[in-house]
Amino acid sequence: MAMTITEKILAAHAGRESVSPDELIEVRVDLALANDITAPMAIRVFNELGKDAVFDRQKVALIQDHFVPNKDIASAQQVKLMREFARKHRIRHFFELGETGIEHVILPEKGLVCPGDLVIGADSHTCTYGALGAFSAGMGSTDLGAILATGKTWLKVPATIRLVYEGSLRPWVGGKDLILYTLGLLGVEGAVYKSLEFTGDAVDRLSMSHRFTMANMAVEAGAKNGIFAPDETTSAYMKGRSARPGRYFNSDPDAGYEQEIRIPVDDMEPQVALPHSPDKVKPVSKLDAIPLDQVFLGSCTNGRLEDLREAAGLLKGQKTAAGTRFIVIPGSPFIYKEAIKEGIIEAFLEAGAVIGPPCCGPCLGGHMGILAEGERALSTSNRNFLGRMGHPKSEVYLASPAVAAASAVMGHIASPDAL
Amino acid sequence: MKIEGRVWKFGDHVDTDLIIPARYLNISDPKELAKSCFADVRPEFVREVRTGDIAVAGINFGCGSSREHAPWAMKAAGIAAVIAKSCARIFYRNAFNIGLPVLESEDAPGMLRDGARIAVDILRGEIREADTGRVFLAKPIPEFMMKIIQSGGLVSCIRAMDTHGYGNGV
Repeated sequence: MAMTITEKILAAHAGRESVSPDELIEVRVDLALANDITAPMAIRVFNELGKDAVFDRQKVALIQDHFVPNKDIASAQQVKLMREFARKHRIRHFFELGETGIEHVILPEKGLVCPGDLVIGADSHTCTYGALGAFSAGMGSTDLGAILATGKTWLKVPATIRLVYEGSLRPWVGGKDLILYTLGLLGVEGAVYKSLEFTGDAVDRLSMSHRFTMANMAVEAGAKNGIFAPDETTSAYMKGRSARPGRYFNSDPDAGYEQEIRIPVDDMEPQVALPHSPDKVKPVSKLDAIPLDQVFLGSCTNGRLEDLREAAGLLKGQKTAAGTRFIVIPGSPFIYKEAIKEGIIEAFLEAGAVIGPPCCGPCLGGHMGILAEGERALSTSNRNFLGRMGHPKSEVYLASPAVAAASAVMGHIASPDAL
Repeated sequence: MKIEGRVWKFGDHVDTDLIIPARYLNISDPKELAKSCFADVRPEFVREVRTGDIAVAGINFGCGSSREHAPWAMKAAGIAAVIAKSCARIFYRNAFNIGLPVLESEDAPGMLRDGARIAVDILRGEIREADTGRVFLAKPIPEFMMKIIQSGGLVSCIRAMDTHGYGNGV
């Protein structure tokens, strides 16, 4: 039976020849992930289930990344709970400060996810790993707690929307612009319960960094997962990262898609999402010069080395505009170190940016870079919901690292061409 | 399963940040979280909500984060069920997992006023407005989700099945 890549991975993990959309299946999980917000509740559920041990201590990742270094006693207590659970159950993948970074950045970086894997995380942006040709989806703490105990979960097989990106991208247009444009097309409820499959010659040429950005935001259309077929770019990225070979699945040519959407990219400009929804998207040239109090470069969407490199390259010795704060947060210690070696961090510091330790930081308004009443920010993160970065009367615009750098220098939302 | 209470009405795309803002996520005790439920959009909610009340919303309720703190905060505040035109995937799953039933109804959210008294029959998917006697129908809850809700949540459901998995056919 012809299947999509998502259906093939699900069938393989359900021990089935084939699966079809809307079927309920039980699957085994290759990696279960929780963070300092979601792990404490998951651990409570695990304990309530009365199991002595986690299903496989090699296949659990507990990542402290939202409120670290701990911002207060309550968040310190949450991490302490994780740390003690990790010690007790000898969890292989628990990282202390200095080693830890943003979950969706460090898991691929450390080779913990391979093509063909099935990953469930108690974080909605777990869909990021679809960039590697894995099935990955976010769930809540109770589901994750049950997975810690059993190694399994149930899933409804999603129908797939095939997105075909055709043509050549203009300079300063990349994965973030493609996914923002797509969210504008689909709307925030346009893919609820569906799988988004990213295809076409334009994405075939994209680096892994840009693919991670796109898969990361599949959930902003409500999708269960977003996925790319793994190719030479994927295998080059995986080289030396994991001892496991992974399984390189591909959709059959006659696989059943619920919908196919063709997106020509030749004329696409950098895109910006307006407050307060990731689907309120406009090309940057259609916006007036909107003044900014803060620019944030980082997050699981765009805190990778390539993102920092691109933004720093654009700065070219220029300064952050007076009246605008620029916050840069590398996604992992590895990225931080590389960015120092390449002179990227120095470029940001020279421009007047402040560099944060690897963490989720301002993205969710919980820790560092919180907005006051009436303030306006441009962020490279994935969500601009009302009050997302702080005061309910603040505003967040979403855009790429290139637009972020240009906007920090100009002090208002600007195209990279403005520099 | 029958629930009677007052309607707390919300619009479309109510995200998990609105249900419980991230600044409160350094706590995971549902009772504590309940104190900040809808803090930014309806500050009066926590003061005035009564046990058994029902949240009624438009499309895509609970979109955004996977934080289970959102349904926990609602449930611990007293909300006994959610009726929405449609629900985001993770929230829907989370709500059932913690024993908070969700009904999806095309008509009810548009017709029910804030504060209206309603009686909800979860099993039959029937919503009855006390004052007018109007009845709205919800989509049937999938059998598997019903099993979770009838057990009181996923933890009790797994315990009851006493297996490593989720029972017949799943």
